[in-house]
Amino acid sequence: MALIEIRNLHASVEGKDILKGVDLVIEPGKVHALMGPNGTGKSTLSNIIAGRDGYTITEGDILLNGQSLLEMEPQDRALAGIFLSFQYPVEIPGVATSTFLKAAINARRKAAGDGEIDAMEFLKLVKAKAKELGVRDDMLKRPVNVGFSGGEKKRAEVLQMALLNPRFAILDETDSGLDIDALKVVADGVNALRSPDRSFLVITHYQRLLSYIVPDVVHVFAGGRIVRTGGPELAQELEAKGYADYTGAAA
Amino acid sequence: MAATDSTAQTVKELERYKYGFETNIETELAPKGLNEDIIRFISAKKEEPEWLLEWRLKAYRQWLTMTEPTWANVHYPTIDFQDAHYYAAPRQKVAPKSLEEVDPELLRTYEKLGIPLREQEALAGVAVDAVFDSVSVATTYKKRLEEMGVIFCAISEAVKKYPDLVRRYLGSVVPPGDNFYACLNSAVFTDGSFVYVPKGLRCPMELSTYFRINEKNTGQFERTLIVCDDGAYVSYLEGCTAPQRDENQLHAAVVELVALDDAEIKYSTVQNWYPGDAKGKGGIYNFVTKRAACRGRNSKVMWTQVETGSAVTWKYPSCILQGENSVGEFYSVAITNNRQQADTGTKMIHIGKNTRSKIISKGISAGYSDQTYRGLVRIQPGADGARNFTQCDSLLIGDQCGAHTVPYIETKNPTARTEHEATASRISEDQLFYCLQRGLNPEDAVGLIVNGFCKEVLQTLPMEFAVEAQKLVAISLEGSVG
Ligand SMILES: Nc1ncnc2c1ncn2[C@@H]1O[C@H](COP(=O)(O)OP(=O)(O)O)[C@@H](O)[C@H]1O
Ligand SMILES: [Mg+2]
Repeated sequence: MALIEIRNLHASVEGKDILKGVDLVIEPGKVHALMGPNGTGKSTLSNIIAGRDGYTITEGDILLNGQSLLEMEPQDRALAGIFLSFQYPVEIPGVATSTFLKAAINARRKAAGDGEIDAMEFLKLVKAKAKELGVRDDMLKRPVNVGFSGGEKKRAEVLQMALLNPRFAILDETDSGLDIDALKVVADGVNALRSPDRSFLVITHYQRLLSYIVPDVVHVFAGGRIVRTGGPELAQELEAKGYADYTGAAA
Repeated sequence: MAATDSTAQTVKELERYKYGFETNIETELAPKGLNEDIIRFISAKKEEPEWLLEWRLKAYRQWLTMTEPTWANVHYPTIDFQDAHYYAAPRQKVAPKSLEEVDPELLRTYEKLGIPLREQEALAGVAVDAVFDSVSVATTYKKRLEEMGVIFCAISEAVKKYPDLVRRYLGSVVPPGDNFYACLNSAVFTDGSFVYVPKGLRCPMELSTYFRINEKNTGQFERTLIVCDDGAYVSYLEGCTAPQRDENQLHAAVVELVALDDAEIKYSTVQNWYPGDAKGKGGIYNFVTKRAACRGRNSKVMWTQVETGSAVTWKYPSCILQGENSVGEFYSVAITNNRQQADTGTKMIHIGKNTRSKIISKGISAGYSDQTYRGLVRIQPGADGARNFTQCDSLLIGDQCGAHTVPYIETKNPTARTEHEATASRISEDQLFYCLQRGLNPEDAVGLIVNGFCKEVLQTLPMEFAVEAQKLVAISLEGSVG
């Protein structure tokens, strides 16, 4: 069975139609890339999958393991294994990153009927993962995303992903704002998480990231839907030719 | 609402305010009403010296000429001051001489409140005075403190044992006629704590008073006096809870702090009186006068308050910065939810040279609640080089609540400098969604975000209480989202 299946999804925000019939099937273990011009609805799609308020779904469905997500609260979707690495991670002043991570881990443990994670165990776990992703210890003490550079924010997102073990992760322009070294670290982090039962939707503007995270399938997204699907070579083609061919589809 | 829903709601409310139980204990009550005989009754019960009775009666006569203040942004039905008991005490055959003699029912009550009074079970490093309705029922670690020269006891006991100290300082910071409620308190106060830290001693234990209102139809009139002699230091914390009832009850306290040369007092409050139900029924009226006199050079007073309870709060812990180089600080978190109202803030009166004050206020309003920050910074002509920094942040949850900031700054000295910053914001959808996306439920998410918002204040609390306060912050906002 497909891990994620999006069927003819139409959605609007404030009366404006953004998604106009998205169809997408992602099998377990696969990495799909979603590429396309700005302002065409890629972040909207991510937010809707994650259950953000404020969108009206006028048609279609989103299924995780064959079950509709539409009636589920965002936190329940998260606990069911959906993770969104945000394009613009938000700041939470006064809340230490490690406190936040612990709360997220404990939310999962609570849902599973387990007790809270032991403080020492947590520290060991976080420090090990942080090291792998080049996240410095002092960043864990700083408030969530406050004063983080663009690159630090994205690394922190990937660190959260690594700690929360999602079934389906959406990376919304995780590469933007990263220099090449940071890009490699982040890509390594994602690659390390690739497994037969975990799938990814990697939203990006540039082919660059896809040289490090090699996708199984590439989609072109324009005008609120997927307009073309191919293999990794499609990304190369887009890199060479740009999105000029597709911007018309937005009309 | 369906019956099952309303039951579920009730259960939820009960969980929310877990201190709402009532202790079944035989109580001695003064007859209802307020007159000179009642004051004589209280004074006699406390076996007070004549001067104190006179002091009370004088205050009472003055109170009769005063009217209730109406300038605060709070609304409640007129209080019938004749319709309450002004003295309520658990009936005890003989006054307990030690903790072993305290009524087990009272010990159990405090245990349920998370305040074990038996010293072997109590929090190490924290001495507790337990005030139940109108009397102090127990004080822990009294012996150990006495050996060091620290006096920590019920004020009624101090009146008898240390009359000179009490007489010297009582009413010296908040005179009986200061304001309507302080005057009422001066006439009818029952119990509270007395602390004296001798010259040069840093009190090694946290001192803490736990106020509990239990009896119905009573008012509680706490009176606390803390004196830190030259070079002394003390950290003191008060906690408050009351049973969950449909009627409103009055808690009108007066707290006076005196800091002499180089002395430092850190006074923290975790105020969790019953706030009333979701519809605004019941709850405590918390009308409190708290003031510190920084009398000595280089003296310092730091007020920290976490105000989550009470139906109506009217409270402005203040500092009179008299001594040269004296410092006053005020850190406040006030949370109002449902129908709660709070008008709270501080006054910093700069009199001495180079006096400094700092005000950090974090107000969180949710539900249909209304909150006002009211602050006064006054720089007197002699306060050369005085400095004040004020920061008031308010956070709104939902769109039915109110937040107001009323800062008064009066500068009568050209060398003084004051700085004022204020922000008002809402919990952003972005922050909330970010937390939910990581699996937190809306209540935990709000708790986390609000705790972050208040962090600067919460971290000034003594460590032993900081974690409890964080939990309290989260609990007080339950039901405010989703
Ligand atoms: N909350 C919103 N209110 C109004 N318009 C929105 C909102 N969110 C997104 N949009 C609009 O939807 C379109 C798609 O935005 P987005 O999903 O962010 O695109 P992308 O991620 O592909 O750049 C844009 O035109 C954007 O202005
Ligand atoms: Mg986007």
